[in-house]
Amino acid sequence: MQVYLPIAEMSVNGLVVLALGGIVGFLSGLFGVGGGFLMTPLLIFIGIPPAVAVGTQSNQLVGASVSGVIGHWRRGNVDFRMGAVLLAGGVVGSVIGVWLFSVLRRIGQIDLVISLLYVILLGTVGGLMLAESVRAMVRQRRKTAVRRKLHQHIWLHGLPLKMRFHKSRLYISAVVPFAIGLLGGIMVAILGVGGGFFMVPAMIYLLGMPTAIVPGTSLFQIIFTTAVVTILQAITNHTVDAMLALLLLAGGVIGAQFGTRFGTNLRGEQMRALLALMVVTVCIKLAVDLVLTPDDVYSIIVPGMS
Amino acid sequence: MSRRARIRAAVAALLWLALGVAPAAPARAQALVADLTNHLIAITTGFTGTEVVLFGAIEGDGDVVVVVRGPETSVEVRRKERTAGIWLNRSDMTFVDVPSFYTIASTRPLDQLARPDVLERNRIGIDHLALEPVDPTPELDVFRRALIRNKQREGLYPTQVGTVTFVGSRLFRTTVSFPANVPTGSYQVSVFLMRNGQVQGAQTTPLLVSQLGLSADIVDFAYRRAAIYGVVAVIVAAVAGWLGSVAFRRV
Repeated sequence: MQVYLPIAEMSVNGLVVLALGGIVGFLSGLFGVGGGFLMTPLLIFIGIPPAVAVGTQSNQLVGASVSGVIGHWRRGNVDFRMGAVLLAGGVVGSVIGVWLFSVLRRIGQIDLVISLLYVILLGTVGGLMLAESVRAMVRQRRKTAVRRKLHQHIWLHGLPLKMRFHKSRLYISAVVPFAIGLLGGIMVAILGVGGGFFMVPAMIYLLGMPTAIVPGTSLFQIIFTTAVVTILQAITNHTVDAMLALLLLAGGVIGAQFGTRFGTNLRGEQMRALLALMVVTVCIKLAVDLVLTPDDVYSIIVPGMS
Repeated sequence: MSRRARIRAAVAALLWLALGVAPAAPARAQALVADLTNHLIAITTGFTGTEVVLFGAIEGDGDVVVVVRGPETSVEVRRKERTAGIWLNRSDMTFVDVPSFYTIASTRPLDQLARPDVLERNRIGIDHLALEPVDPTPELDVFRRALIRNKQREGLYPTQVGTVTFVGSRLFRTTVSFPANVPTGSYQVSVFLMRNGQVQGAQTTPLLVSQLGLSADIVDFAYRRAAIYGVVAVIVAAVAGWLGSVAFRRV
């Protein structure tokens, strides 16, 4: 089933795109990450121009996150109050991110900065999560676990502007979730991803939110940041391919439903270990690509297209 | 008039009619006539590439070369170098007036038709494209070859010369293939009549590659009403996401 993509100006196999959407949607529903850090490289791999891949992907993420949030919301797993604070930070962050992006582009080597940022972020986040979740699983097996406190209070939580988050059972400074949202927003603008792979672990480890509440709350915030980015991309770069987005969504929406369902059967540390493994795999792939000798050291671009 | 001459005259008349040209000038004056079966390549939602037949006739003997050039753009060629273990883009060269698409077909191998300078002058053949950079450096040749190699990898430049076949001694035809990723815009189809190592006649026919129907509407909307397009894209995505979760509610 060949489908011509009007903005990307190329023909793709519709079934392949549906399947891609489905797989990434499943992971998105499961972990509460948008899956952008997986989808962008996959789209580029099947030949979509990078600029169109990034622009379209944010559009697709809007739909995937709406679908995911509804699933989590029905199970009562969304902390809207926390989501709103994260979102406020996210909006500020994406403005800063857009500015940073233009500065980096002026200096040149924006591609390198993006690749290196991916490697560093994914490596750090994935490595830490993997280590933590494996430790938790080992502890479980040895049955030496003592009942822990609901969450550990760290100095960050003592900052001013304390707010009560009922759903998350937290009474902490609003500065912390705001800052997390801000960093996430910067990532949305620079890397063209939803930022979930960074926010999910930050919400678990820095905020101490219950793992069950995290994916829904993260997705809730991602809806709005990706919507803003989609509109900005459509206006400035004309790189949102509606046809491609709809195909990805059709697969993604179905995948996300199964992901959400499947996620409720997984224990928290298992889920975290799986997400960490996935993040580390992508990180290794990107790092290897930076170091391996390319097939052709020459490449061409048509200026103005990317 | 012998029977054979009558048939030849009838064929010639038919050909003129087919070309839509009034046979006012004597046929002898025109050494070369050619046309395409189709002057518009319509890219619709199901587009997977297409073929266009070019046909024509020559007066007397000689060889025929067909060149198809897509709209010209500038292209930046970048070269990666290993720096501290990482492959980075370190140098680049920008070429201007690069045909976005190029293909060629001929009745005989090009080197048997004319000397390189003749081919160069008429931009016949992948090695004679006159690709010029903005600021030339001694490495021009390496970058030029890299540009052609990359275009070939994308399927937009040919890896070999196609064939033009003669039907009888005067009529010729060839099939031009366009891949699914063919750039849109105005193309030039040039037909050359080669004789004694020189270009004896040339004719250029326009060809338009354009999106039509739904995909054309989407492009139009995306460029003319970019902000509304963005908002609509977001709403459509959100509704699709909501519909999906409603549909799966009872699963």
